[in-house]
Amino acid sequence: MCHALPVKIIALTGPDTAKVSLGGIVKEVSVALIDDPRPGDYVVLHVGYALAKIDEAEAERTLELLAAEGSDAITEFSAAAETAEAPP
Amino acid sequence: MKHLDEYRDAETAQRLAATIAHEANTHRRYRLMEFCGGHTHAIFRYGIEDLLPSNIEMVHGPGCPVCVLPTGRLDMAIRLARRDGVILASYGDMLRVPGSKGQSLLKARADGADIRMVYSTLDAVKLAEANPQREVIFFAIGFETTTPPTALVIEAAAKKGLTNFTVFCNHVLTPSAIAAILEAPAIRALEAVEIDGFLGPAHVSVVIGSQPYEFFAEEYRKPVAISGFEPIDIMQSILMLVRQLNEGRAEVENQYIRAVTRDGNLRAKEAVSRVFELRRDFEWRGLGHIPYSALRLKDEFAAFDAERRFDECYIPTEGIKACECPAILRGAKKPTDCRLFGRACTPETPLGSCMVSSEGACAAYYTYGRMREAAQ
Repeated sequence: MCHALPVKIIALTGPDTAKVSLGGIVKEVSVALIDDPRPGDYVVLHVGYALAKIDEAEAERTLELLAAEGSDAITEFSAAAETAEAPP
Repeated sequence: MKHLDEYRDAETAQRLAATIAHEANTHRRYRLMEFCGGHTHAIFRYGIEDLLPSNIEMVHGPGCPVCVLPTGRLDMAIRLARRDGVILASYGDMLRVPGSKGQSLLKARADGADIRMVYSTLDAVKLAEANPQREVIFFAIGFETTTPPTALVIEAAAKKGLTNFTVFCNHVLTPSAIAAILEAPAIRALEAVEIDGFLGPAHVSVVIGSQPYEFFAEEYRKPVAISGFEPIDIMQSILMLVRQLNEGRAEVENQYIRAVTRDGNLRAKEAVSRVFELRRDFEWRGLGHIPYSALRLKDEFAAFDAERRFDECYIPTEGIKACECPAILRGAKKPTDCRLFGRACTPETPLGSCMVSSEGACAAYYTYGRMREAAQ
């Protein structure tokens, strides 16, 4: 629950929701807590909500590190994505 | 040193380690508390303590929401889950936490209680919409990072007119816990927890900003460095604290500058203040009763408050006597000081909350070999 992950916004799906991608896994999340979300933005994702924008280099670096350590956060994200509804 | 080669910035880490060793004054100690369980985890994962000179000591703080929730609150969740017609939606971390009398949410589920693991508050609301004939209770826990999602979902439920969705609110506040650690002279005198500086949490600070820590720097003369989660971030933050202490400064510095601002995330803070108000009192495992250290739903959202809807009261209970979680959460003891550690209490069969959560100090010690080291 305490894990946060950098993910990339690939499309806005509603006023407060967006599809984000993490290593090819796509999930719909809330972007209600950040200003002016746009496709291509990298954000810190926590329990299904984007908390802040971060820059791409930063995001990539964190993801490499998380992947190297077999992060619980990535597992949680993947599990949640698999149980989520299929995209329309 | 064995973990060092595992990360890419090994050279930077070596350089930082050398600088820290060079600048740390051998005539004094540096007792630095990393508040956040995420930092505790990273410190053990990357063997950061092995890179520090012996007079720099990391004190592990209470910043793990699963760990600080007292047994009595968990008992309340179990009682709520066992009610007829209820679905309790919970973050996965809580399921294995021991309640009193050997109970846990997992055991309640085995007995037939309907307990669902959710990844996000949005999933909890979806559950309520999909099950209009059932009462869906979301077991909300966490520090300031998880509170805004709970606030938004309560507003969403109100807007949708959902009458079968409530929240069992256990959101707690980081600055209150830091103040309690600094202000508890009895604890300090008895157990000699002296802290020279704080590593401030990263994601909590993304939400609340760096401003709330200024009080600790000014009032208690304790330097704070808000730190990212990567090993290099933590090393840099430790260096910042060493420098502040050497120079007699007590300021709030922000190593995690890329995501933390002085004011934090205003949208998130506004959502929280629309829905929640301060609780007059909340008990923390290890820190005791701390006034105004947690949140509850405002009266206008009373219909979404599980405690009020189901008239469920907090009954304080003692945890397992031999379990040292309380002292460990205050930074007064190390996991290896507990006689249950690594014997009766392991990540597979946790007896205390600090062993259940991967962010807990006991789990971090156990997983990354401090137990083996102590045994040698």
